[in-house]
This record gives sequence, C-alpha cells and structure tokens, in this order.
Amino acid sequence: MTRLDDLTLARLRHTMREPDLSGTRYRLEGMAGAGGMGTVYAVLDTELGRRVALKVLDVQDPEVEARLRQEAQVLAQLEHPGIVPVHDVGRLGDGRAFYTMKLVQGERLDRYAARDLSLPSLLRVFLRIAEAVAFAHARGVVHRDLKPQNVMIGPFGEVLVLDWGLAKVLAAPAGPAGPPLPWRRGKGQTGEGAVLGTPGFMAPEQEAGESATVDARADVFSLGALLQSLLPARPAAPLQAIARKALSPRPEDRYATVAEMAADVDRFLEGAPVSAYPEDFLRKALRVLSRHRVAAGILAAYVVGRGLILLFTHR
Amino acid sequence: MSRIGVALVVGGALGILDGLTAWFTPEVRSQLLGIVIGSTVKGLIAGALIGLFARKAARVLPTVLFGTAVGALLALGIALLQGSHYLEIVLPGTLVGLLTGYATVRYGRPASAAPATVR
Repeated sequence: MTRLDDLTLARLRHTMREPDLSGTRYRLEGMAGAGGMGTVYAVLDTELGRRVALKVLDVQDPEVEARLRQEAQVLAQLEHPGIVPVHDVGRLGDGRAFYTMKLVQGERLDRYAARDLSLPSLLRVFLRIAEAVAFAHARGVVHRDLKPQNVMIGPFGEVLVLDWGLAKVLAAPAGPAGPPLPWRRGKGQTGEGAVLGTPGFMAPEQEAGESATVDARADVFSLGALLQSLLPARPAAPLQAIARKALSPRPEDRYATVAEMAADVDRFLEGAPVSAYPEDFLRKALRVLSRHRVAAGILAAYVVGRGLILLFTHR
Repeated sequence: MSRIGVALVVGGALGILDGLTAWFTPEVRSQLLGIVIGSTVKGLIAGALIGLFARKAARVLPTVLFGTAVGALLALGIALLQGSHYLEIVLPGTLVGLLTGYATVRYGRPASAAPATVR
C-alpha cells in the first residue's frame, strides 16, 4: 500500500472541503475567509455576472446548519448600509447548507486601526458601527460577537458589521427601524449554559453562559471593548470613562442602549460634556478652552501683545 | 462663518478690548466710554476691509500684511485726530489688524463657487 505524503494529504483535505457548486449558478473563484461555523468563498454568480461571497458549513451538523440559516435570515431582515446584505440561501450538491451575500472587499478594523489614523476618524468609524448595531437592536437582534475582526472597512470608507452567526433574536417593540423580527427561540438559538463569543469582547453574563439574560447591553459591553481597542495608549479621560462605563461588569451599570453610548462618543467629538464623565470647574474650563481654542488663542495673543505694548509705552 | 463675518466679529471684539485697555492710561480714563465706542467702530471698519480683501486673497501672509497695514493706518488716523498718545494708539491698533487678518483667512469660509447654471 502506498502512503501519501503530507502535501498530498493537505491537497486532498482542501479539495474535500471545497464546496460542490455543481448544479448551482455559482462558480468558485477562491477562499475569502474562514469563521467558527464555516468557510467563506469568493464565487461568481454566473446568472447576474457579479462576484459574491458564499458561506458554507465545514461539516453537516443540524444544529450548526440551523445557526447558519438563522444568520442568513437575520441578515436578510437587517437591511442597513452597515450590515452585509444576503442574496440567496440553499443547499449544495454535497448536502452542505450555504448562503450568499455581498462580497466585502476591504480591510478588517483591527488592521485598519493599526494605520496612523487620527482619533476623530477612528471614532467616526466607531459611530458607524454603533449605528448598525443600534439598528439591529431596534429590530430585536443582538450580535453577541462584536470585535474589530468582525468589522470591515471598504475601499470607499464604508463600514460593515459582519459575522452575525452568534446573533440572538429578542422580542423587541416596533420602532423606527420597523417591526421586530418574527422569530422566537428556535433551533439556532443558544441554549442556557452555552458559551459563545470572543474572550475579551464578551460580556461577563455571556461568558457565564447566562444566555437567557443576555440582551442588548451585552453588545454595549463588546462595543466598549472595541472602543478601547481603538483608543491610544493614553486616551482622553472622557473617552476612557465612556469605555469604562460600557465595560461595567453589571449590565445595569452600562449604557442602557448603544444609542446612548454613541451619543456620548458623538458629544466627545463635538467637544461637549459626556454623561459618563462628571466634570469639576477646572475640567469644564479646560474643555471649553479646548473647544474654543481659536477664540482663546486670538485672545491670548492679543492680551500678551497688548501687555507688552503697555509695558513698553508706560516705561 | 464667511470670511467677512469672521473679520467683523474678530475686529469688533478686539476693538472693544482695545478700547477697554485705555483704562490702563490714567489720563484718558475719564473718556473710556467714548474710546471704547470709537475703538469698536475702528475694529469693525478694519474687519470689513480685511474681510473684503480676504475674499480675493486666499493666502495667510498677504491677508495678515493687509490687516496689519489697515489696523496701523486707521489707528494712525485716530492718533492724528487726537494729537497725542501716538504709540499707545497705533501699536494696539496694528495688533488688532494683524490678528484679525490671521483669524479671517485661517478660520473664515472662502466664498463658494457660483452655482451651476440650470438649463
């Protein structure tokens, strides 16, 4: 019997994992990424002549398949510029479930943030992420796996929140984002005791497996960790306070909603006081001076110049 | 804010301050109100001229030089009318013109391009 070498084995494994696209409208172009549940391939939609991303399970498992289908359904309901649109869902010739979505080309947030970017531009990206997450919350969906690796920045500055595979569907009141999603706890929902998420970005209640109590404030925690990852080594105290409040171990000590947190970040960008950071007189004065530094600078230049003139002419 | 707007605000505000500093010259302290009014009007005139100039000149240096010259000339005119305290009037007036010129071109919004013609 002939033994296969490692390279041949690796090739065989790769070929076996590749999706069987026969009988579908898609033609494989290459691998685009890999996640916890499955692999994402770049494929060509031969009917529409466009490139899309095809996410397919690595294994056939009813529970994981239910989660993949739920992810596709969640995405299909969340029509927002910051959330990847889903195009199609189905089953491949090899029996594995798949769905196709927009092929996102760009840079992951962690790599994007490693560039030499100004803090305001990073905070504006953060606000766009928060907008998408707040929209999902308004539709009754909690992401539960927000982290820089799950955010993509497109070549034209578009911000997309990806990987909704761990999303939890809550019942939510109808709001400006539309009525809540129609599903209830199903096969794709996480059971009590199951721990899913990313350490460091996962809220303590999520880490403790208290799935039933996990709500939108778990995403507030993750956004706090995400914000922290974008801040410089010595961030401004109000920003640090915002992140600290969002990262409070007890959900009731965090911002009640993502919108409240985003409003604080927005206020920081505007030079206005933030709710998470009570100010004394000196801090308030410094902030006002910093906000009106043009006027303060001109006034200071005038006072210094005028003082010198007074000294000179009254000698 | 437009460049003329910035120039008027800065010129007027520094004009008020400039007038108030007459308090440090004891012999004119009794005329403080008149000096403040005159200085404010001077600051507004300087601001208007600097603002008009800055609409055409986009760069900092020419506007600062123009502002300095306008501030100095207006102050010199007042000093000549007064017939005394030349340095006390001309130097602060020059400073007001210089700072107004800088602030105008640095922080004022340039005049926008003409809108496209709709046919």
